[in-house]
Amino acid sequence: MIQQQAGALLKVRNLTKRFGDGCPQCLEGLGTGNDAEEGPLHHNYCPICGTVHALRDISLDLWPGEILGIVGESGSGKSTLMRCLYFDQEATEGEFFLDPFDGGKANVLKVSAQARRAIRHTLLGMVYQNPVMGLRMNYSAVANIAEKLIAAGSRNVGTMTARASELLDQVNIPLRRMGESPSRFSGGMQQRVQIAKALSNRPPLLLLDEITTGLDLSVQAKVLDLVRQLQADLGIGMLVVSHDLGVIRMLADRTLVMLNGRVVESGLTDQILEDPQDPYTQDLVHSLL
Amino acid sequence: MNHTTHFAFFDEGSKREIRRAILKAVAIPGYQVPFASREMPIARGWGTGGLQLTLSLVGLNDTLKVIDQGADDSVNAVSIKALVGASTGIAMTDQTSQATLIQSRHRIPEVPLTENQILVLQVPMPEPLRPIEASEQVTKRLHAEKEYSGAYLSLFEDILRYGTMAAGADHPVMVEGRYVMAPSPIPRFDNPKLDKNPALILLGAGREKKIYAVPPYTQVKSLDFEDHPFRVEDFGGAHCSLCGTQGVFLDELYDPTTGRTWHQCNDTSFCGRNAP
Amino acid sequence: MAYVAVRGGQAAIEASIHRLGWQRARGLTVLGVVACREGLQALVDQVMSEASLYDEDTAALAIKQAEGSPEEAVFLLRAHRSTLARKYYSRAMGGESLRLERRISACFKDIPGGQILGSSRDYTHRLLNGALVEETLDDLERLVATFEETVDGIPLPSTDRLPKVTEYLRQEGLLARPVPDLSPPGDVTKQYLTFPARRSERLQTLTRGQTGAVSALGYASMRGYGSVHPTVSELRVGLMPVTVPDPLGGSDAGQDEDYYVGEIRVTEVESLIPVAVPRGPGVFDLRFDLGYGCCFGQNETKTIAMSILDQCLETPEEPYPTHDEEFVLSHIDAVETTGFLSHLKLPHYVTFQAKLDALRHQASREKP
Repeated sequence: MIQQQAGALLKVRNLTKRFGDGCPQCLEGLGTGNDAEEGPLHHNYCPICGTVHALRDISLDLWPGEILGIVGESGSGKSTLMRCLYFDQEATEGEFFLDPFDGGKANVLKVSAQARRAIRHTLLGMVYQNPVMGLRMNYSAVANIAEKLIAAGSRNVGTMTARASELLDQVNIPLRRMGESPSRFSGGMQQRVQIAKALSNRPPLLLLDEITTGLDLSVQAKVLDLVRQLQADLGIGMLVVSHDLGVIRMLADRTLVMLNGRVVESGLTDQILEDPQDPYTQDLVHSLL
Repeated sequence: MNHTTHFAFFDEGSKREIRRAILKAVAIPGYQVPFASREMPIARGWGTGGLQLTLSLVGLNDTLKVIDQGADDSVNAVSIKALVGASTGIAMTDQTSQATLIQSRHRIPEVPLTENQILVLQVPMPEPLRPIEASEQVTKRLHAEKEYSGAYLSLFEDILRYGTMAAGADHPVMVEGRYVMAPSPIPRFDNPKLDKNPALILLGAGREKKIYAVPPYTQVKSLDFEDHPFRVEDFGGAHCSLCGTQGVFLDELYDPTTGRTWHQCNDTSFCGRNAP
Repeated sequence: MAYVAVRGGQAAIEASIHRLGWQRARGLTVLGVVACREGLQALVDQVMSEASLYDEDTAALAIKQAEGSPEEAVFLLRAHRSTLARKYYSRAMGGESLRLERRISACFKDIPGGQILGSSRDYTHRLLNGALVEETLDDLERLVATFEETVDGIPLPSTDRLPKVTEYLRQEGLLARPVPDLSPPGDVTKQYLTFPARRSERLQTLTRGQTGAVSALGYASMRGYGSVHPTVSELRVGLMPVTVPDPLGGSDAGQDEDYYVGEIRVTEVESLIPVAVPRGPGVFDLRFDLGYGCCFGQNETKTIAMSILDQCLETPEEPYPTHDEEFVLSHIDAVETTGFLSHLKLPHYVTFQAKLDALRHQASREKP
């Protein structure tokens, strides 16, 4: 088990997300985290009641400035985890602490909806795989960034425009295109606008969900470079979700491997890549080589 | 088929129901209270929300003024007065100061209101967040969580594109620091009159089935930015050609014979020419 | 100053209404209310359905007064309806209690009780009949007599209670038996409609919907802006008995104590849509689901469209506007639609002046 340590930026304990009510068989037969114990589930699906156990008892810690990778195939629960942490979806059970909020003492899954919005706007930045989720496609790139600044309380057009231009410049969106809407941008540009938007309030924590999936290889490399550079310059903690071990190897200090809604292995990224313990991780690593 | 109409058209049960919604609206300034809007003998969109408020409030001792776009004798104002008059027989007036109840479409009178008056505004689109979010379920949640970034965002985008907040009429306001509210399509010129007004201001949307209120002396602030403050319409020093008044909302008229533009008080009962 | 802004609304309105009366009268032809009721049955049915008021005589009067405009007639009836005391709710009724005049199924050629074509325009050739121009009372009497001779008397609705086609599918397990919802239905005319809406509120809003609007959206769903393309299991037209519980009998009053208040003609449609019911990961059972429509009078197209939209709104996860209940339910009411569209004819001088100012302000800022 992960030790509860002082100073962690993000602490997640026993986070669970079910789609469906569950039934006595699947709720009681669930494993305690032991890999061999699958209970009655078929992958993460209960054939008796049809409930999907998308996340089962997820616990993790993230330290300030650290990049934690989460790898797993589609359906493993990694995107659901990100959405629960960004409050896009409501977790069924569990705890989630953020050090800058109430000194990390309050379970932010239980605070008021208004407080959750404030956390989302000021302490978190999210980059979705699909830019449609993260951007208003018909508003200008500048307004997209301003939205997050407005949400955090800014009411000065000049300051917000300056900040938006600075951020867009940082992610290499040319000045002359800043007034255009992302619907006119390429996929790589849209991702960079999302990153700029996520960074707008200087959040201590960024959530990056498959941000290079679907992009050309050369564009992927540019986006990944950008993320690395931002981390080096700003020291932001990041949770990076990907099905691609290459991305994880390039970015993450430590890595969790997820399968069927559970963490099957965790450790230093190098260690996981050199000496995978779980059979699933072994398959994953071998397929990379 | 002929049936005698009840005083003020509605049965007492319907009036009580509407008054309950009004009380709730007064208790939560700026919050849109849903109500079971009745089908009226005038068209939805023609002031049925305001009319239902008026009919639920009017008593034998009331004096009613009805204005449409500033004019007491505008066709729809006349039509509404005829309907209320026929079912109540109460006194009507053009003079703002003499009215106890004022129903208005898209204007707040120039004569300052008092504590003894109720202003009823007709509302076509009560939801200030509708332009950025079509779903009622979502806008209700946004209000509950006081999430108004979207309202500011559209103003921000206006400034970016046009250099000015292009909202025209119906410029959104923040009521008592809590709810963002559509003031109905009054010109921006009238927005400041909402702030700390001694009169009770009620807003009714019949087709959209909402009632909301600005109780007396409530703080009402037009949404704006520090470096782009809210501004009212500017008539460039023009004055009313009939009575010479400046600093009121003016109608712009064009004289086809001289080819010149001239102005006239929009509030016809205020205009010095018509004042007693 | 030679010119003064337009005033004198009072006189203008009076003159306009006066002229409207003249316009109706100038043809010097009296259109009787009875003639409206008997000769314009389809319009009477449409108007009663959209007005939510079953009264053929009042509907005929509204049609006469509205000079045949359905939206205006519905408006008159709705305004009249809102002045009427509503004291009782009837018992829940179903199409199985109909005394049938017409009953067809598109699912099976042979259904228990048989197909009953009744009166239908479906198989007429739409050719103008010039003979109607000079039609006389004698012609009508001859037509009636010939028909009644052929069928040996006036055709009466069937008194047989014929089983529903759906019953057959239910017995086979292909259509789930409904779980009866015994909670009192909502009433959108008395309570503000909130979303998500209950099914009873959805059905009420659909049955009151403007015929053209409901038909257009149902059609859109079939054409691909929706995922429902049904088979009509059964379309019934007939007379439905209406009863109200004994108002003094308390909540446990038996049905035997009910008061019979009369019969109304309705059209009822049950349509079937194949749906996939998940049985396991990636494994589905194919079942039928039911879309329901019921409208006052003989209103067949609208009722079919209603049954499609009912099923659409039962599956909100489909990414089409016809499956979005706020989109559908908020935009099909005749009185709301015509009211808001027609309000654009009202003066907007002030609002337009405010817009004008914003435009000029921008222009002045851009001047060098």
